[in-house]
Amino acid sequence: MKILTTVKRVPDPDLKIKVNGDGSGIVEDGLNFIVNYFDEIAVEEAVRCKEAGKADEVVAVTIGPDDSLMQLRTALAIGADRGIHVKTDATLDSDTVARILQKVYELENPNVLFMGKQATDDDANQAAQITAELLGLPMAVFASKITMNGDSVTVMREVDGGMDEIEVTLPALISADLRLNEPRYPSLPNIMKAKRKPVDTKTPEDLGVAIAPKVSMVKLTEPPTRAAGVRVADVDELVSKLVNEAKAL
Amino acid sequence: MSVLIFAEHKNGKVVKASLGALAFGKEVAAKLGTGYNLVVAGSGIGDVAESLKAYGAEKVYVADAPELGNIVAEAYTEVVAAAAKESGATMVVGVANSTGKAVMPRVAARLDAGMASDIIGWDADAMTFDRPIYAGNVISTLKIDTDVKVVTVRGTAFEPAEAGAAGGETAALSVDLGAALAKTKFVAMHASNSARPELTEASVVISGGRGLKDIGGFEQYIYPLADLLNAAVGTTRAVVDAGILPNDLQVGQTGQIVAPDLYFAVGISGAIQHLAGMKDSKVIVAINKDDEAPIFNVADYGLVADATKVMPELVEKVSAAKSN
Repeated sequence: MKILTTVKRVPDPDLKIKVNGDGSGIVEDGLNFIVNYFDEIAVEEAVRCKEAGKADEVVAVTIGPDDSLMQLRTALAIGADRGIHVKTDATLDSDTVARILQKVYELENPNVLFMGKQATDDDANQAAQITAELLGLPMAVFASKITMNGDSVTVMREVDGGMDEIEVTLPALISADLRLNEPRYPSLPNIMKAKRKPVDTKTPEDLGVAIAPKVSMVKLTEPPTRAAGVRVADVDELVSKLVNEAKAL
Repeated sequence: MSVLIFAEHKNGKVVKASLGALAFGKEVAAKLGTGYNLVVAGSGIGDVAESLKAYGAEKVYVADAPELGNIVAEAYTEVVAAAAKESGATMVVGVANSTGKAVMPRVAARLDAGMASDIIGWDADAMTFDRPIYAGNVISTLKIDTDVKVVTVRGTAFEPAEAGAAGGETAALSVDLGAALAKTKFVAMHASNSARPELTEASVVISGGRGLKDIGGFEQYIYPLADLLNAAVGTTRAVVDAGILPNDLQVGQTGQIVAPDLYFAVGISGAIQHLAGMKDSKVIVAINKDDEAPIFNVADYGLVADATKVMPELVEKVSAAKSN
């Protein structure tokens, strides 16, 4: 059993993001880049499958500029066995990412592809679903709990109104939601070990994928800030404001 | 050239968010000078399909089959893609909820279309779409460069379309679901049972955070106000992670996005990820004992107080105000 898992480099979501002067991008100075949290969960789950004896090999793939190698090393420190870095400086849309993953999948031929359900930078929540469609794979997106049963996986999914439970036949694609697991902090020896794990570098051209985005960014803006309101002294004043001023009750 | 809107339903009624998607789809159709069609899927949905005829669509495509009784993304993808092809749609619209998020990107891939997720607005002349990124800290305006376009709409961003006189017609859509369901099997739905309105449908939302401590805190300090105002109950990621409330009550970037008329944040500090899910509410009330809590930066009315001390009084006085 081989598991392929994905890692995206994103700005730390706990830092305030600002748009640059001409609206062509964000201000990158002072940003700290990390592994997209949902991808970290996906990698963790893949490694746990291996540790539980349900998988033999975990391969992590990242797509992005040179610096993405740092996030790939984090995946290797969590416990992935080897990495694939698809190197590109181009701005990619979800469709292009999926087309690259499709080719990597076809080369690696894994039994399971684990991805984060969305990236916390563009919040698109598309790449996993598009990849599944391109590969004709069954998918279980927004996974909160998985049980490997040999040739199938039972997945509890976080959906509106509760949880649903589905069973997908392998090979399959699973996208990780928040509560699938709590990723470990890699130990120092594992961080050191990760530096020696093999990483294969490719380009989209090597994989035969043309960078032809279907969606293009026109501009970025900051949303209107909501004006802070007033402090009320007590419950009486609050109710009075809600009734008379806001007319919300 | 036409617009197709994927309409979702629950308990025999079209969901409010789909009526928002419908409103957006009508705007696009008007701009393109074309008609629009609807597609609906499920099992035994004759009444819902019939009710959809009142929304001015040329056709309501109906996929009514036992296998569609539970939502499996692969099967719903077949239905929406088939309706898009049959109607010659150049714009396919869904909702950015858990069904739309799973289904619509697959539909986009099937149609070789570019897609914009979770849009909150658009520019009809430039044909550009606005969507929040970075947990709502940035708005991205984007273009879809393919002839066929797929969009999911944030449920709260467009005023729900209203029903008019019944017109249009239904058209049965026959879709082979065999391949789609061969490798994905629905096992069970574990619904969170609640008599309260759903978060995305309610006009008042009462959310509690870690300040409530445990389920007892919610029962004692949140539910009475929710009952009084017929409000939905929401919460934060921390509370769901702690297993106190189920996942579908999480308001935030990766949970439910709400924009009710009135939002109460009780014992919630206001992390960026939570604010992303509620800051478009019309009136926001924050009650928190920490004067420095970021939630006060977005609240119209802030009360610095311990929720456990003031919530009973609030219930009593809101009740008195309502009976006047």
